[in-house]
Amino acid sequence: MRSTLSIALTGSGGAGVVTAGRVLLDAATRAGWYGLLRRSSGPQIRGGESAALLRLGAHPVDCLDDHFDVLVALDWGNIERFADEIPLVATSLVLSDPSAGAVPAAIAAKGAQHVALPLRELATAAERAPENMVAAGALCAALGVDAEHVEACIEALLGRKGGDALTAAVRGARAGAAGVPAACADLALPAMATRPAHRWALSGNEAAGLGALRGGVRFVAAYPITPASELLEWLAPRLTGLGGALVQAEDELASINMCLGASYGGVPSLTATSGPGLALMTEGLGLAVAGEIPVVVVDVMRGGPSTGIPTKSEQTDLDIALNGLHGDAPHLVLAPVSVADCAFTTQWAVHLAETLQAPAIVLSDQALGQTRVVTERPADVAFLTRRRVASPDQAEYRRYAAGGDGIAAMAVPGTPGTTYTAEGLEHDERGTPSSSSGHHARQLARRTDKLDRHDYGPWATLVEGDGDTAIVTWGSTCGAVREAAARERARGRAVRVVAPRLLAPARHGEVDGASALERALDGVERVLVVEQSHSRQFHRYLRAWHDLPRQVRCLARPGPLPIAPEEVRAALGDWSQR
Amino acid sequence: MSTVETAITLAPKQYKSDVKPVWCPGCGHFAVLNAMTKAFSALGLPPEQVAVVSGIGCSSRVPAYTSVYGFHGLHGRALAVGTGLKVARPDLTVVVAGGDGDGFSIGGNHFLHACRRNLDMTYVVMDNEVYGMTKGQASPTTAADWSASKLTPGGPGMRPFQPASIAVAAGATFVARCFSGQPNEIARVLVEAVRHPGFSFVQALSPCPTFCPEQKEWKHVVRPFDAEPTDDPAEASRRLQADDGMSTGIVLAARRPSWAPSSGGASASATTIEAIEAEIEA
Repeated sequence: MRSTLSIALTGSGGAGVVTAGRVLLDAATRAGWYGLLRRSSGPQIRGGESAALLRLGAHPVDCLDDHFDVLVALDWGNIERFADEIPLVATSLVLSDPSAGAVPAAIAAKGAQHVALPLRELATAAERAPENMVAAGALCAALGVDAEHVEACIEALLGRKGGDALTAAVRGARAGAAGVPAACADLALPAMATRPAHRWALSGNEAAGLGALRGGVRFVAAYPITPASELLEWLAPRLTGLGGALVQAEDELASINMCLGASYGGVPSLTATSGPGLALMTEGLGLAVAGEIPVVVVDVMRGGPSTGIPTKSEQTDLDIALNGLHGDAPHLVLAPVSVADCAFTTQWAVHLAETLQAPAIVLSDQALGQTRVVTERPADVAFLTRRRVASPDQAEYRRYAAGGDGIAAMAVPGTPGTTYTAEGLEHDERGTPSSSSGHHARQLARRTDKLDRHDYGPWATLVEGDGDTAIVTWGSTCGAVREAAARERARGRAVRVVAPRLLAPARHGEVDGASALERALDGVERVLVVEQSHSRQFHRYLRAWHDLPRQVRCLARPGPLPIAPEEVRAALGDWSQR
Repeated sequence: MSTVETAITLAPKQYKSDVKPVWCPGCGHFAVLNAMTKAFSALGLPPEQVAVVSGIGCSSRVPAYTSVYGFHGLHGRALAVGTGLKVARPDLTVVVAGGDGDGFSIGGNHFLHACRRNLDMTYVVMDNEVYGMTKGQASPTTAADWSASKLTPGGPGMRPFQPASIAVAAGATFVARCFSGQPNEIARVLVEAVRHPGFSFVQALSPCPTFCPEQKEWKHVVRPFDAEPTDDPAEASRRLQADDGMSTGIVLAARRPSWAPSSGGASASATTIEAIEAEIEA
């Protein structure tokens, strides 16, 4: 019996694909399984085609599988736009309603088995129940999920819509369960003995929002942008509940500067955006560097450049996040290593920005942000250090003077005897504007050193496994890489996975001239770099900042197609035979 | 939005720092700075309860010349910084200051939306119709035929921006114009502006003797508005439309609620992180 099952649901806009996917994920969760739900949609606001891509299993899953076991087409509208995102094999089942037409060539060419699922007929017989719920009911029954779980999920999801919609949905699910095609007999997942406790169901965007709140963020200013808006929509009411505030700004230039104003006022602040917004914010981030004002930007990356592919994922804001600020502008760049890790990494980013009085960019992406996972409850790390605040009534307060660690005490407005001007011009230790070479050199050195010398603890680099072959990756591709490595280990081959959670400052944690990343690669002879970027941004970053072993391969390709575990194994090629 | 009203007694000069302004002799901004400190003194504001926020330009240097909290940020973004600060710290008196290029060109969008939001803060624009710091280019308020700049040899060729009219149209609830040659009047207007519960916009005509020596004539042209302040935005608009831009005084003093963080939403009832986390439990 398989340990995970992958299901793709597709249909045109309004067909209810994502709702059916949610019912499936939530019902499977109630039955004790883990899983993830990834959304893929076209550019239309409403009426566009969409796909719900699920993977369910007896253990937590962090990436989509290499292929789908089942494709359920609610209809065939614009399926060609998704065909390459839904790999199928000979054993895969394609479930569709014959009355919706023949299986289109783009799907038929994949050689899977076609199974008739008469959605329209079943829905009509169930007093015009919604077809998406018929499909969800059929799939849940095929997996072996009890009807009570399915109906509880439908009620939780659709209860707000009111009685008629809810009862019609339940009728649909029951009709689907009664009409499961015989060909679906071996889709059942192994039953879970007990439902695991303390599991969370959340998207990467929600996790990042939670991390922000855990880190103490109480002010957010932001401008709507796909695929980051949900993070902001999740935060808005919760911030209010916690006594904070979210301002919808007039543009991203305002967002970042509002955050700087609030942070200057002593309130930890954050904004979320995507590539186009990050581009507009870079000048503000430079001000945060020069004025030493803590701020966090969560960049939920999408295909670029320009407006690019707003609804789909790519890891291509790494260059601008690392190098997009003008001047010598040391700052923090972090990346979560999984959907659930968006919570920790964002919380850590807030902590670091506050402690080091510097801007931090968190590089999430659409694949992390809009994927919903069922996972173990992420740990809440109690960080001890906070923003260093100036004590009141100093005879001669110097905002930009610091001791050995390079971190100066920051006065909070309202405090008597420490008034100063936060300054974006180069300045002396008091903050008075200065164009002198000495002041420039000293302030630059301090702003660099305070980041380089900080002890980032055990979180800066994810290292799993050992051996002399390593896969080095970052961000959302970590899921597929970790699964590929696990499959290699299951075959008795040692593989190390190295993923920096802290990308900048790149040379942090140096010991005897070796960076933290170089030390993580100690004893490694061969490195496979995996990333979702046509121009190999991560590979170039590694080459620019770190000494790598002589043998380096690169699996790099643009979004939006996710990198699958078997592709990573294939890229290892003959290295994995050693 | 209630600012701290702990009246203390400090002389205007105690609101000044020891930093020497970069301004040219005869610059109108000296008078605006003096009026600002005079107003802080008259209001009895503790220096630590005041923040002066600015962008970039000659007049935007003003925070460092005061002894209150200051923020000298990016070109055009002062109102955004002030907005974030005021929302996060409603207890502070926030005064945003800058020039016509900073506020109406590169920062024009923030000007419109700050008027709309109507937060309880004051925006002082020292308007000299020129970019001084970059050595004399046309600004949004420059006359269409002003040909002294090599960048626009025949003049900017556009109708000048009408700051006070636009402030009224965009929703500012306090709008005034004054002239640097009348420092006591500026101080009086600033006191009213800071006291006004909402967004107060003060256009201070402030001549640039270096790049616009012709502005020395302003002192012969300015005169008070011939009507008392109105609380009706439509009436204020009519007066401003009919004006040549050289009448001074408070035009509009109206009441309208300030923007406040929304209190709606399904989850606003969760008042602790633990309650929020409980919602996430699968």
